[in-house]
This record gives sequence, C-alpha cells and structure tokens, in this order.
Amino acid sequence: MPRYALIAAFLGGLVILGGGVFLGLASRDTPRGAAGTLLASAIGGPFQLVDQNGKTVTDADLKGKWSLVYFGYTHCPDACPTALNDIAVALDELGPKRAEVRPVFITVDPERDTPAVLKSYVTAFDAPILALTGTPQEIAKAAKGYRVYYAKHPEEGGDYSMDHSSVIYVMDPQGRFTASFTHENSPEEIAERLKKLLT
Amino acid sequence: MVGHKLLAIAACLVIAGAALAQTGQVEVSNAWARATPPKAETGIAYLTIRSPTPDRLVSVSSPVAKKVELNTMEMSGMVMKMRPVASLDIPAGQPVTLKPGGEHIMLTGLSGALREGQSFPLTLTFEKAGTREVTVAVEKPGAAGPTSQR
Repeated sequence: MPRYALIAAFLGGLVILGGGVFLGLASRDTPRGAAGTLLASAIGGPFQLVDQNGKTVTDADLKGKWSLVYFGYTHCPDACPTALNDIAVALDELGPKRAEVRPVFITVDPERDTPAVLKSYVTAFDAPILALTGTPQEIAKAAKGYRVYYAKHPEEGGDYSMDHSSVIYVMDPQGRFTASFTHENSPEEIAERLKKLLT
Repeated sequence: MVGHKLLAIAACLVIAGAALAQTGQVEVSNAWARATPPKAETGIAYLTIRSPTPDRLVSVSSPVAKKVELNTMEMSGMVMKMRPVASLDIPAGQPVTLKPGGEHIMLTGLSGALREGQSFPLTLTFEKAGTREVTVAVEKPGAAGPTSQR
C-alpha cells in the first residue's frame, strides 16, 4: 500500500512538473490581452537601480511606455552588442512609433559596470538605451524578477566572463510581461511583432 | 654527373615549391571587428579562413590588445556562455567563418577604442601554414557582418 502511495505521489509530481513546464513555455510569448494574468505577472517585478547618469530608477519609472528589457554586461563583446543592435535596428523600422518604446539594458556585472562605464557603452548604439546598475543585491533582485540566470565564469589571469540568460523581454506600458525574443529572432521579426503590439 | 646534381636540385626545388604552394594557400578574408565605446577593455573580431589542406588555427595576436584569444559561444537553453578554445580546426576546402553568435576572436586589454572606419592588424598562427597577417576593418558597434566583402 505505501508503495502504491509512493508511485501515485511520483506520478502526481510528474503531472505537476509537466504542467509547470508547459505553462512556462506558454508564458514565453503571451498574446496581448492575456498580459496581466498570473503567468504574465511572473516575469518582471519591483526593482530599484541607478541609471547611467546616477539617477535612481524603479520599475514604476518604466511604466507609460513599452520597454524592451535585456540583461547583459559591457565586457560581453558578442551576444550583448548583437541584442542591442537588433533592438536599435528594430526600432528604426517602427518609424515614429519608436518613441513609444524604451530599450532597457540591465547589467549582470555590477562590479565592473558602474554608471560611467554604462554611459560610455550605450552611447555607442543608435538607440536611446536606459542602462541600469546597482549593488550586487539589487541586481540579483531585478534578475530574479525577470527569471534571468547569471554567473561569473573565472578565466586565466584573473579575468572573468559572465554566463547569462540572453533574452529580450517586452513589457507593456503597465509594466506587464507581454512577449520575449532571443538571438533566433531577426530585427525584422522583432519589428513586426512590436508593430502588432503597438497598434 | 653535374647534370644529375642539377636535376636533383631542380627536383628538390619543385618539391619544396609544391610544399610551399600547399601550405601557402591558407586564405584569411573578410576580417572585421565591432567598434567599441571609448574606454572599453574588450573587443571582438570575426573573419573567414579557407585552406586547401586540413590545418588548425592555434593562436592570434594583435598590437592593439594585451591578450587575444579564440572563444566560442555556447547556448544552454536561453543562457549564453562564452568559453576560450585552444585551437580551431580548419577542414580542407571548407571555409570556416567566425561570426556573431559562434566562434570569435576576443581582444582583451585594448590599448585604445576600436573606432568605426579604422583598421588594425591581426596575426594568425596556423599549425601547418605558419603565420598570416590580416587587416581588420572596424564596423559599427553591433554590426552583424562586414560592410563589404574583402
């Protein structure tokens, strides 16, 4: 009898796990209108950070415009410039509507990415990027809210790179998660999706 | 007798020449880099390598950076991981293109910003073909590829 109970519990666990994975996948690209549901609210959340000018920015400051939120770091030469450039190119395709979208770059390397470093970094891209940093604790909190994974990877000579989730999150003007993009989405695809969301 | 010697020398020259031609045909083209912000410490370069015979890229250096290494990008789920690799295999007759999202050449400890429109030298050392020096053209900061094929 206890054995049956164990098997039943195991199977029940599998069902819950499977459901969780399914819901997790389903939430990755929530159509407009569904935003604000329990699932959509699972990505995002409160944060308090500082921008490239040293000004305090919270999640509340992101409201009123669409946000494209990307977590990365300035010593990242490959994935991060690609994502920021994809955003810049996609925004260009939006025409006047681009004013309704704010790209947000949040560092996962607060140790090296001070506001001054971020300022120098984002001015290199053709987009008005809001760049955010904070204490390691503040960054950890923001990353946790967005379900972003990051970890320091030490290299020879004391250098390090950061392993990190590379995802562009689309947050609506109410701060609700709406869609996401990865390196597999071209700037054109990003622009098309944004055009639909912005209408 | 003298004739034989000359013939032998000529044969040697032909063989040496053939060997040189074989290893001499490694071609490096379309070398480009992304412009960096003014105080950036890291930069990145991409290029295409073609070799008629199997070879291996074993090291890269440049006067503009303290350290130059071969890196690869690994995706595990949505997570990007950048890892150094010791060498890069160049199969015979198949172009190997380093591009965003894959293998790349990482420049660490830049002596100055890489500015769009400028160029810098890069020396590649191959296991068999020896060294090749290429000129790397600096493109926009997030450029996806070189603006012109070279």
